[in-house]
Amino acid sequence: MTSLIYDGTFEGLLTAVFEIYDRHLTHVKLIKGEFYTSALFEDLVKIATDDVRAGRVLKGLKQKLSATGVQRLYIAHMAELENDDDTIVGYIRYVFDSDQNIEDDYGNKYVMRVSEIFNMMRRERHRMEAFVRFQKLKDETFYAAVQPDFNVLPMLIKHFKNRYADQKWIIYDLKRNYGLYYDLHDTEFISLEFSAVKNPGNVITAFCEDEGIYQHLWKNYFNSVNIPARKNTKLHLRHIPRRYWKHLTEKI
Amino acid sequence: MNVERITEKLNILADAAKYDVSCASSGSKRKNENKGLGNASNGICHSYTEDGRCVSLLKILLTNHCIFDCAYCVSRKTNDIQRAAFTVQEVVDLTINFYRRNYIEGLFLSSGIFKDADYTMERLVRVAKKLRTEHNFNGYIHLKSIPGASDEIMREAGMYADRLSVNLEMPTEAGLKLLAPDKNRQDMIDPMAFLNKEIIQRTEEKKLFKKAPMFAPAGQSTQVIIGATPENDNQILQTANHFYKNFNLKRVYYSGYVPVLADKRLPALNTSVPMVRENRLYQADWLLRFYGFKVNEIVNNDQPLLDLDIDPKLGWAIRNMQAFPVDINKADLQMILRVPGIGVQSAQKIVSARKFAKLNWDQLKKIGVAINRAKYFIICKSNEFERRDLTGTNIKQFILAESKSKYLKNATTQLSIF
Repeated sequence: MTSLIYDGTFEGLLTAVFEIYDRHLTHVKLIKGEFYTSALFEDLVKIATDDVRAGRVLKGLKQKLSATGVQRLYIAHMAELENDDDTIVGYIRYVFDSDQNIEDDYGNKYVMRVSEIFNMMRRERHRMEAFVRFQKLKDETFYAAVQPDFNVLPMLIKHFKNRYADQKWIIYDLKRNYGLYYDLHDTEFISLEFSAVKNPGNVITAFCEDEGIYQHLWKNYFNSVNIPARKNTKLHLRHIPRRYWKHLTEKI
Repeated sequence: MNVERITEKLNILADAAKYDVSCASSGSKRKNENKGLGNASNGICHSYTEDGRCVSLLKILLTNHCIFDCAYCVSRKTNDIQRAAFTVQEVVDLTINFYRRNYIEGLFLSSGIFKDADYTMERLVRVAKKLRTEHNFNGYIHLKSIPGASDEIMREAGMYADRLSVNLEMPTEAGLKLLAPDKNRQDMIDPMAFLNKEIIQRTEEKKLFKKAPMFAPAGQSTQVIIGATPENDNQILQTANHFYKNFNLKRVYYSGYVPVLADKRLPALNTSVPMVRENRLYQADWLLRFYGFKVNEIVNNDQPLLDLDIDPKLGWAIRNMQAFPVDINKADLQMILRVPGIGVQSAQKIVSARKFAKLNWDQLKKIGVAINRAKYFIICKSNEFERRDLTGTNIKQFILAESKSKYLKNATTQLSIF
């Protein structure tokens, strides 16, 4: 068993795949991070991310997979799941070891697992498209705080930019401490300093005048459309798990 | 803005609109052009009420003043309730401000009938027109077609709305006559038929001229109330099937009657909402639209009711044991779709995956097949499969014994005497 230590980037992972083929390794394990104290007799290889080598692997993948297939793999890596780097490496090796395109081979454990992870990411992205609640600030920027399970902000850019083209907005991931800012032209990644704010999810002091009114109206609307005779808490919770409530205007 | 008054209106007019169950915001393809506000494509449920229903649109009545006296409706003329009416501008402001905060996908606007059909419909259209032309709003708009409205106004509605719907309310004409003596079924069908013709024609035009304007791109839907009148599931599904086939409806919604009014023609006030039956009807509806079932295979004159204990696909399977077992690795997609416990996505995955290698139980489970139901009906790459010659009734008992139905609130615990 050889352990490959890489920097956690997708390019780093592709470089690691290059090394695996270059050194004819068979049993490997990927580990994210800079330093790693190993067991005494374990083989350790430190991978230095190399754009040329990563590019060659990517080119190979593009030849053997559809564009969607490559994108799914990339998104699955973005999920940053602890033990699934090996899944992705397993998937890539299966791609290169097969003559045909294997992305629909759901009987294969790597293909199935990548499909599962991709669906988890897609679900989280969809939840964010639904659960973002903007609050209008004095300078006309619409601000929303979120804490998604996965790092999905980059997957939200297109949707929000298309939809809210005529308003400035910020979507901020409090868990990973960075956000998206749209300035009516482009989006950029930003990070904010919240040390002075107690609850960065709810910045009431900076509200525009009518913000409170519309929050009040929305809460009223939400209560009015409920049909008590059909109460179904289990279903309610399945659709909106509790961990999302703290940023949902109607559930605060 | 008089916040108190608006709040009061919103509460009254949202409360009155909530019995319309349609909440879809999908099926349109309206783009955001010229840096305007919003777009409409796949539909998003932004929130869920405590009864578990999706909140996707700002669903309100323009007014709950109504000249009709339909027994099942809270807004009926003789019901002593608070009445209110929004102005066009108020609805526009609410929609825009809710939309900008990402609360909603758009507007669902219905109304009580005041004065006459055309007058009411014209007001609804005015809201949509203002949103589209003055506010460059490209979000989803669902308008109610008011029964009896003229072709001219319906045509204008189609220019601004994504979806239009007219509720049949009762599955049969007899039911409607009983509960809504002022309403006439033909008045409901006329605008539906007109719009259908118009949509088909516009779609043809759009094929020739890309720039031709959109016309109700998300099509039409309707709703029938379940359990207020004695129609059986066969009558309900035959009606639904008729409207899917002849009017190209995108959806038929089934709304379990919530007893809110005392009337000797209606179920008593303490009657519970027929939620299980409603669920079974939706399952049957899905079988018609996505699984290639014919309506007579699910319900017919000999089999007029859906089984409340089990889903209609399982019901069909145990009545048709001669069609099984299905070999997962050989059968065509249409047959795999008919296996209980296999959904559309799983079926497609199976058909893709088996090109690489034959599938076994573990793999099927991973793919998402509900093995506890499917195992009685399939064989795969394994020596282990159901060999007993079970009857449909046996299978139903086995499945019920090991399933925990979400509807069984108080599990029937038998008292042991000894």
